[in-house]
Amino acid sequence: MNRSLLALFLFSLFTQNSFAQNPEGNNNEGVVSGNVSVIVQQYSDDPDIGAEAPPEKVAMNAFSNILFRKGKFSSGIRIESYAPSLLGYPEGFKGTGIGYYFGEFTTNGLTVTAGTLYEQFGSGMALRTYEENTLGLDNSILGVRVKYNAGKGVYLKGIYGYQRYKFDFKIQPGQGIVRGFDGEWQINDAFPSMADTKIKYVVGGSFVSKFQQDKNPLLFVPENVGTSAARFSLFGSQFSFSSEYVYKINDPSSDNGYIYTPGQALLLNLNYFKKGFGLALAAKSTDNMSFRSDRNESLNYLLINYNPALTKAHTYLLVATLYPYATNINGEVAFQADLNYKIKKKTKLGGKYGTNISLNTAIALAPNRTYLNDQEGARLGYETSLFSISDSLFYSDINIAVSHKFTKKFKAKLTYFNIAFNADANLITDAHGMVYSNTVVFEGTYNFTPKHSLRFELQGLFTEQDRGNWAAIVLEYSMSPHWFFAVIDQYNYGNPVESEQVHYLYGTVGYIKDTTRISLAYGRQREGIFCVGGVCRAVPASNGVNLTITSSF
Amino acid sequence: MNKNTILILFLLLIGGAAIAQNSLPAVELKTLDGQIVNTSTLENGGKPIVISFWATWCSPCKRELNNINDVYEDWFEETGVRVIAISIDDARQVYKVGPYIEGVAWEFDVLLDTNSDFKRAMNVNNVPFTFLLDGNGNIVYKHNNYAEGDELELYEKILELVN
Repeated sequence: MNRSLLALFLFSLFTQNSFAQNPEGNNNEGVVSGNVSVIVQQYSDDPDIGAEAPPEKVAMNAFSNILFRKGKFSSGIRIESYAPSLLGYPEGFKGTGIGYYFGEFTTNGLTVTAGTLYEQFGSGMALRTYEENTLGLDNSILGVRVKYNAGKGVYLKGIYGYQRYKFDFKIQPGQGIVRGFDGEWQINDAFPSMADTKIKYVVGGSFVSKFQQDKNPLLFVPENVGTSAARFSLFGSQFSFSSEYVYKINDPSSDNGYIYTPGQALLLNLNYFKKGFGLALAAKSTDNMSFRSDRNESLNYLLINYNPALTKAHTYLLVATLYPYATNINGEVAFQADLNYKIKKKTKLGGKYGTNISLNTAIALAPNRTYLNDQEGARLGYETSLFSISDSLFYSDINIAVSHKFTKKFKAKLTYFNIAFNADANLITDAHGMVYSNTVVFEGTYNFTPKHSLRFELQGLFTEQDRGNWAAIVLEYSMSPHWFFAVIDQYNYGNPVESEQVHYLYGTVGYIKDTTRISLAYGRQREGIFCVGGVCRAVPASNGVNLTITSSF
Repeated sequence: MNKNTILILFLLLIGGAAIAQNSLPAVELKTLDGQIVNTSTLENGGKPIVISFWATWCSPCKRELNNINDVYEDWFEETGVRVIAISIDDARQVYKVGPYIEGVAWEFDVLLDTNSDFKRAMNVNNVPFTFLLDGNGNIVYKHNNYAEGDELELYEKILELVN
């Protein structure tokens, strides 16, 4: 880490000098930019909702990025601060220090970056390092990346380094080493005769390997584990198709119970669209594709690859945080269809402004496996094949939304969700067995003046399992461009335990000016699941004051 | 050692170039038909450009872009402005972006920032986040958040650029 900082320091000196030598070069001036985000949460005990204040009573998550660029050079750092981290944040985020740093140089199609690296190969099923501070997830690679645009539509990338593990006043890297190579060929760019072809073809491939010493006292495990991926896409004017296949050699890990079975995954997407109509179909089969730079790790730590969930990410409060779906890392077979349709303006059903309809359905199932019971022998665990489905349902979802603008001042949206959630497979609630829920949301926006508006949501979630029925109301009054006021109440009126039929009332006042957003909130936050991109974390119940400030320059 | 290094680094960076971000950084994004586009090449023949970060899972983003879409024809006729919507949807949802924008009949150019590289380079804290560029590609206005009517302020800023 110190060495990297030194490198950055030298780079900065170098650019300083060249800056001094070209005082008139206006186009070559350095640019500094950055942002800051601070969340301070105060906690009070609230036995009615099971909220317990931590001993510190107040927690803070904050970060600030500073980026610098000048001509072909750029660099940046991020200061992170967890004092302590917010309740429910994963373990291993502590103290203040540098969580991100890089220096980058670009010339003649070649880009070299040293530092902490975020990178994605293809759909990410072989390699994806990224950062999601709302989840407490950062699996960046600490090392070097080289990208080369070889011309004729050929793009090459190589990456090499350790992975960020935890944070304790500075980055704590994992033990394993990650090495990856990716190539993509945009075929139409290679042949002048194809330049004007309506259909565009893209092929690509990756190889990612990790090294970790075998310290297992009982088993011989491979110290080098390779994952290969191949992808192919084609894009027409009204359709597109994309596919990626990934294969990982045997990689005994705590995720798979230390078995010697290889992993594989196949992801397929087919889209058809024209103005006013869009259909997206997807199918996915993954098996044993947890790929970490430390075979003994779990949760969101040291993941090298990304297994996308194939369900819609919902946004309405109840349905987004009570029974959301996260990918099953050991394997699943999933299908999804997503349809968007616009009934034209100035028709009987479309009215003056048109009507939007969206329909989405998704299902995820456990793969069919024949267990071998060979723990004392070959330890292959089980036999399975791609798209071989068992009758064990992880999750299913049918949802439909209709939105319509009635007048210049009023628009509304009605949404229905039917969700089946396997609480034994999605280990994120206290419930067991299947939870079947129906949810209805009515959302409306009324503009009193062009800049003053009231938005409301009426939500009802109905289930006979788990904690029973919920109702929620959201009222949000905004005065563009500076102020907003919001009140949310969630009421678990159907809870089978009468003392748990409580209200979760939460109020927020916000002020926005250009890139600065300040909000002050107070109230109860329900325990629930907070998800981004199909990765979730459980958030405990809390009660208190929240101050959030974000800004960028 | 650590703290001093940080401090020196900071002073060097900021002391050396106290100029706010004024043009687009160079980041490779993908078009909906899989082609690679470098953000430093985005232009609109000397007319203003609006760059709006959004995602299919972000309701206020979709409200903002829907509202702009309703008036986009007028905006374009009066000012020649071009709106580029940058989707930060990741591998989970990115393949739905094309059918979505066709399905809701948006007229914008859409680029895909699947691993948030452009979002990071532009210091975007959260979406929606909107940038306005003048005819020379300089960032002249930025806004985070969306409330009904924010597009009116944005349009006033666009008009200031063309008049």
